[in-house]
Amino acid sequence: MTPRVAKLRRDSFEAQPCISVERAVLATRFYRENYGKFSIPVLRALNFKNLCQKKTIYIGPDELIVGERGPHPKAVSTFPELTCHSVEDLKILNSRAMTRYRVSAEDIQIYQNEVIPYWQGRTMRDRIFSQVPQEWQAAYAAGTFTEFMEQRAPGHTALDGIIYERGMLDFKVQIRESLAALDFLNDPAAADKAEELRAMDISCEAAIIFAERHAALAEKMAAAEKNPRRKSELEKIAAVCSRVPARAPQNFWEAIQMYWFIHLGTISELNGWDAMSPGHLDQHLFPFYQKDLANSRLDRESAKELIECFWIKVNNQTAPPKVGVTALESGTYNDFTNINIGGLTRDGADGVNEVSYIMLEVIDEMHLLQPQANVQISHKTPNRFLKEACRVIRKGYGYPSVFNTDEVILEQVRTGKTIEDARQGGCSGCIETGSFGKEAYILTGYLNVPKILELALNNGTDPLTGRRIGPQTGNPADFVSFDALYEAFDRQLQNIVDLKIRVNNYIERMYATYAPAPFLSVVIRDCIAKGLDYYNAGPRYNTNYIQCCGIGTITDSLAAIKKHVFEENRIGMEQLLTALQDNFAEQEAMRLRLFNKTPFYGNDDDYADSIMQRVYESLFNAIDGKPNTKGSAYHLNMLSTTCHIYFGKKLGASANGRRAGLPISDGTSPSHGADRKGPTAVIKSLGKMDQIKSGGTLLNQRFLPSVLEGEDGIENVVHLIRSYFKLNGHHIQFNIVDTQTLRDAQAAPDEYRDLLVRVAGYSDYFVDLDKHHQEEIIARTEHNSF
Amino acid sequence: MQTGEIFDIKKYAIHDGPGIRTTVFFKGCPLSCCWCHNPESIARTTQRFYRQERCIDCNECVQACGEGAIQTSAHGLRWNSSACIFCKTCAGICPAEAVEFIGKRMTVDEVVAEITKDTLFYDESGGGITISGGEPLMQPTFLLELLEACGKLDLHRTVDTSGLADTRILLETATCTDLFLYDLKHMDPEKHAEFTGVSNKKILANLKILSRQGSEIIVRFPIIPGFNSDRENIDQTGAYVASLPGVGRINILPYHSAATAKYNNLGLKFNTSDVAKPSRDQLESIADRLETYNLDVKIGG
Repeated sequence: MTPRVAKLRRDSFEAQPCISVERAVLATRFYRENYGKFSIPVLRALNFKNLCQKKTIYIGPDELIVGERGPHPKAVSTFPELTCHSVEDLKILNSRAMTRYRVSAEDIQIYQNEVIPYWQGRTMRDRIFSQVPQEWQAAYAAGTFTEFMEQRAPGHTALDGIIYERGMLDFKVQIRESLAALDFLNDPAAADKAEELRAMDISCEAAIIFAERHAALAEKMAAAEKNPRRKSELEKIAAVCSRVPARAPQNFWEAIQMYWFIHLGTISELNGWDAMSPGHLDQHLFPFYQKDLANSRLDRESAKELIECFWIKVNNQTAPPKVGVTALESGTYNDFTNINIGGLTRDGADGVNEVSYIMLEVIDEMHLLQPQANVQISHKTPNRFLKEACRVIRKGYGYPSVFNTDEVILEQVRTGKTIEDARQGGCSGCIETGSFGKEAYILTGYLNVPKILELALNNGTDPLTGRRIGPQTGNPADFVSFDALYEAFDRQLQNIVDLKIRVNNYIERMYATYAPAPFLSVVIRDCIAKGLDYYNAGPRYNTNYIQCCGIGTITDSLAAIKKHVFEENRIGMEQLLTALQDNFAEQEAMRLRLFNKTPFYGNDDDYADSIMQRVYESLFNAIDGKPNTKGSAYHLNMLSTTCHIYFGKKLGASANGRRAGLPISDGTSPSHGADRKGPTAVIKSLGKMDQIKSGGTLLNQRFLPSVLEGEDGIENVVHLIRSYFKLNGHHIQFNIVDTQTLRDAQAAPDEYRDLLVRVAGYSDYFVDLDKHHQEEIIARTEHNSF
Repeated sequence: MQTGEIFDIKKYAIHDGPGIRTTVFFKGCPLSCCWCHNPESIARTTQRFYRQERCIDCNECVQACGEGAIQTSAHGLRWNSSACIFCKTCAGICPAEAVEFIGKRMTVDEVVAEITKDTLFYDESGGGITISGGEPLMQPTFLLELLEACGKLDLHRTVDTSGLADTRILLETATCTDLFLYDLKHMDPEKHAEFTGVSNKKILANLKILSRQGSEIIVRFPIIPGFNSDRENIDQTGAYVASLPGVGRINILPYHSAATAKYNNLGLKFNTSDVAKPSRDQLESIADRLETYNLDVKIGG
């Protein structure tokens, strides 16, 4: 690590996140002045342009890659047009113990006087919530599902290689052509398309203005700079910012700065979920690396330094905090930029190159919260690369996570993408599959699958509140067979999924109409050609996902009921329901019998695993292929992020012996303490899930550091990963940390500030997690070897 | 079909031979090493294992026992040894898994069904099955049938042995074994007898004969500070192994006291709980010394 990088890294690590009201104030004033004068797409584009013209520009000491969303590093913008923080929210954010955001009293005042009064009743969140049906509100409040778009705009976007071939000026030419081709005689949508295309054109100009302001500032700083070395760096920065993003990059430095401007543009325009990701960055940068090396403009070390400078820029962009927060809620600073390394090229060759190896070194040296990275492993990926990745995993940062590229491709081909587009796809956010630069793959919310079983066990009523949530599917005491119970579950499931989709489709139209993203649309394929926005079926592919949580908990609960109630008749249905209602009070023997004497998912036992397959099939049938409003469809994926903790709080005791309020199982992992036969059995159980029919699954494995010791340890974890991928596993990630270390960190958080652990599809600082999340990680089965 | 007494089957075994393996633990051992970390492996017969800390005093086992063999006491449950017929009813009914029986009679087919669940991992890693114990050679007919069945499935077969067995049986086993992990605990017959209960003469003789057969052998040398870690024994071990034709590899295994709880649960006393774990430096200096005998030395595994 160069001294420059060490300093920038330390500054970034130590900077305290704070709220900047600059964007909110600019947007408020702009809307107050201009709302009603323009079409919505043009209004959005002009709002973006206004920001690019007026926001504070920052170039920090020693920086090579420049640009911030806020006025300085870790100053977080807010997006009142989507969701507007209350004074109370801001006060809690400023004072809570964990994941705090500093907010000055003056800024709170500005919010109170200027921002909040304008946006009250006008935010997307207010408008959506005022329209959703009562039935939905009840199911939502009961914790049967969540809704992504109540806080942020739809997102999960990653780019392909187009921005390394075309600059904004090239896009403007394309936009003009598309405008000229509009058929006002025959296409009733031509006028709307014209507005959208004009908005895209304005957005391109805005991005150029933003870069030119950086060029001007760099020039000014260079003129005043005494140190000749820094002076020449600033001159170089000015030259780079004059070139990109207006024109396509010509060299390695420009390529990185190009991406960074596009990244900043998309996360300033709107607050889309999971920020923005560069996709296969190693593959995109490699041609520039090769060319610069060949003409001696660059060496390996300076290439690495530039990548590290970029890494630090991503880390500076703290996630905007939620609204409606409670003091207890901690959230995360992570905005989920996730970089794909390795994989396959467009034509199906191995995509690993020298930049891939450099990036593994960068991950190891930086080990920052952001960006996080994953390795894409196909059967063509050399073992050398996978081993290098495992050596980084062994360090215990919780990343890189490991994806099965061949599976990721099959998942996409199954839903109708071309093989080339699928190969250029990968995973962003946590584990979500998408075709980079060509697809809007929108996560719509999590589904609490064990809660749906709870509804079936209570004839449609939520036992926690006594409220009716689902249809009356029968008194469980009258069920004569396990199948009768299962049928009730299936009916509850279909009802909840349909309810969720009905409202999602409404929200989708709201975003398409009132919150288009013309700048993002410029860089996603087919939006310009179609004249349609990213949120309005502009991209080549338009997928919606519903993320199903708790497959372990529901499988184990159903297995327990099947065995003890319907097969062995040792426990009566009413007796069980009473025990669940009482949270097993005075029923410890029953709870332990359910927990210890039931075949559970995660042990390569067909009794449980066949139930998992049945539930998975039901989820698939309830979700897959349901139409969205963009001519495409919903699919399922099997991700929980941290929602399994919230869902657990909303769930009473469950039949697998889990007590009320405790987390449900995460991702596609087995329930806590359920997997007792080691990692190969876990992998075999997961291998029985037909993962190709999903948009991604998530498997957490926690190993003691000793398991990965030495070359043999690395070899064996490589074999474990390759074996799982032969079974069509989608993803696996590792926490390499022992329980003692985690307990020590709880006791002395200050000494463990940089202890990163895998939480869900991402890593977070262990000491920044609240107690529930910390305990949940400790409870994950710790695999030893024998 | 032959049946054998098995006390455990562990998957993802990565220290018992090459690759990812499943280790099948046979019950019964002719040695009784005072540091043994699998004390439940020594007795040939099934043993009861009671974990009082798990017991929730539900007394379901007391009621279920057809022999009236279980009594309650201030210190948890007590089994009347003469009344208990080892029917395992109590373990079956116990919700808390506080009572367990160590040892299970299994057929070759049952063992094969379990180990072939992980064939994928063996194929990927060059792993296979390891038969350990206890002493596998104490159940020779079952062992041979199991090894032959594994051979038909093209699985790599490792046998982990103390070497104390009838030579004829050992040689017959060698015909269907791909790798032996052969334990050497001490070179001095008297010291060996003092700490393991038996002399090492047969063990050393068997190793010599086996090595002449051309079997692949890795010698395993557990390092127990205060017993066999002295320079003299290290040198004698190194010289002996180096003298064996075709045996070039030796793995040194650090002693650990992780089994203390197991002894308590079995109602046994752990004699070496005060022995310190060998330090990394100690292990490395032993490894260095052994390497002077031209041996391929590995710490662990």
